[in-house]
Amino acid sequence: MFDKQKAAEIKAAAEKWDNGVKSKLERQPERKLTFRTSSGMEIKRMYTPADIEGMDFNADLSNPAQYPYTRGVQPTMYRGRFWTMRQYAGFATAEESNNRYKYLLEQGQTGLSVAFDLPTQIGYDSDHDLSEGEVGKVGVAIDSLKDMETLFDGIPLDKVTTSMTINAPAAVLLAMYIAVAEKQGVSAEQLSGTIQNDILKEYIARGTYIFPVVPSMRLITNIFEYCSKSVPKWNTISISGYHIREAGSTAAQEVAFTLADGIAYVEAAIKAGLDVDDFAPRLSFFFNAHNDLLEEVSKYRAARRLWAKIMKERFQAKDPKSMMLRFHTQTGGSTLTAQQPDNNIIRVTIQTLAAVMGGTQSLHTNSKDEALALPTEDAVRVALRTQQIVAYESGVTETVDPLAGSYYVEAMTNDIEARAMEYINKIDDIGGAVKAIERGYIQKEIQDSAYKYQMEIESNERIVVGMNKFQIQEGSPKGLLRVDPAVGELQKQKLETLRNERDNNKVNAALEALKKAAQTDENLMPFIIDAVRTYATLGEICGILREVFGEYQQSVIL
Amino acid sequence: MDRPIRVVVAKPGLDGHDRGAKVVARALRDAGMEVIYTGLRQTPEQIVEAVIQEDADCLAMSILSGAHNHLFPKVVNMLKERGVEDVLVVGGGVIPEDDIPGLLEAGIAAIFTPGTPTSLTIDFITQNIKK
Repeated sequence: MFDKQKAAEIKAAAEKWDNGVKSKLERQPERKLTFRTSSGMEIKRMYTPADIEGMDFNADLSNPAQYPYTRGVQPTMYRGRFWTMRQYAGFATAEESNNRYKYLLEQGQTGLSVAFDLPTQIGYDSDHDLSEGEVGKVGVAIDSLKDMETLFDGIPLDKVTTSMTINAPAAVLLAMYIAVAEKQGVSAEQLSGTIQNDILKEYIARGTYIFPVVPSMRLITNIFEYCSKSVPKWNTISISGYHIREAGSTAAQEVAFTLADGIAYVEAAIKAGLDVDDFAPRLSFFFNAHNDLLEEVSKYRAARRLWAKIMKERFQAKDPKSMMLRFHTQTGGSTLTAQQPDNNIIRVTIQTLAAVMGGTQSLHTNSKDEALALPTEDAVRVALRTQQIVAYESGVTETVDPLAGSYYVEAMTNDIEARAMEYINKIDDIGGAVKAIERGYIQKEIQDSAYKYQMEIESNERIVVGMNKFQIQEGSPKGLLRVDPAVGELQKQKLETLRNERDNNKVNAALEALKKAAQTDENLMPFIIDAVRTYATLGEICGILREVFGEYQQSVIL
Repeated sequence: MDRPIRVVVAKPGLDGHDRGAKVVARALRDAGMEVIYTGLRQTPEQIVEAVIQEDADCLAMSILSGAHNHLFPKVVNMLKERGVEDVLVVGGGVIPEDDIPGLLEAGIAAIFTPGTPTSLTIDFITQNIKK
């Protein structure tokens, strides 16, 4: 961004300065021999324009809402409106979760985010053998449309946007949401929200897969196609780096593997005959926010620029919306400590600042007690207040992309982009994300980073306050949220009643039709919607699909 | 007995959080133990079978979903039913402190919660194996 001569002068002066500093290091040593970001990228003593030599303002940054969208996807960003404050919540029964949602909406939350329990996420009813002990634990138990009606009781679906963390059975839960809306008199065209629907990162990092890769990708492209026509405001996928980072990846790996998954979805949809600009505007992303503030801000900026280039150059997208990376952020669960949990509030604040200065579209802030249990109502309120304080009091919201032009942030943005691109090239060489997952390549890269991180903590190379430094003697934490073990029994009873009361002929006919369709190339969404309307259960619907598709076999790599 | 300590690292239940299990597995291996990692979604039956088949000295289970009170004791009881009494069973994960006494009583020798250095787990296993 400087002319060549000027840049050379600055570089020479910086080198001279650095040599001067180095000559005094023997007397006044620095704290460490090398400084690194949380992801292990080496950090220089200081940055100058020489570090971003060759950068072109128009090509690399440009203005907000202009290609390559490094600076954000909206022209006014938070001057227009704040990000959506969306706390991920759900536990026990639909009744209890419904109460928590109403509480959060009363507290000023602006969108819902549904957490489902593990049996729901893996397509088992609450009365399945494998569900024992898991019902209602990490989220709400949903067995049928009946539970879904309760979950959104009194919440007008044309007024809220709802994000659902559901992947393998995403089509079924979306179908239930559409059916609940119908009963409220709200048409599918009016619905707005997101399903996670990102199966590749389930294979990589999160583990709630059901079906093998090919039918899973088919279900995803079926959803893309169906929603582009019938639920046009719905975000059909949230391509997630969050869990990849939680599993231990670095920031650059988070960007790389997320975008590599994104490429695989776009390719699958194009192969299924869809036009890129018909579905790509509804793709959304989901990233983590860790403590290394400036690295994280750079990460979001790098991800936006890289995705824009991929969409434009690799996939020849024409619609600017296809090139814009919109993302949700959640603060980093793995950064929270079980020790001195109050300290987690401070961590979450730093992470909130990172997400906001990185231009997130929505945000979930973790509660201080989440390294111990599900969050209590009080802890969730503090987490939400953290967002509100950053929004209303910090001032970082008043201009768009406030850290642009920092030599350090721009250099790091370039660096993360380059490292991510290197990985994407490697994955292309392997034959794409699906192949790289099947071979365990991506999982192994993440595991290596996770192990390195843990060893750095154990050698005290990396300090986590309260955990390996500044420890205190603590009593056991009080007032943690506990899910009543009776939830499992309650759900079982509800299922029994449902199976007795519904018209089982209709259920069987709908399931039979779904089975037939699954054996052809037809779009399965209409069949799944028909089935949920008859009160066929999630487990029954997924059971039929398991019969036709089979199940994914994990490749275990150490 | 000169052979290395054999450990089965297992993920019972439906939860997919295996970062901890894998990090621990690798640390045990680096400490010279032979480690068999089962992968996700193992039923108690499958875990017990793995322990017997692998002639393990130690079973290390990890749960982050909250199903520990149900699944850990179930595995221990099934081991007993199969006559396996000499295997050290340890557990880890997001486990509230209030639950730990009950789990210890049920026959889990130790529970390692978030923030535990792997060196502590290694030492515990080395000092407490029963074979």
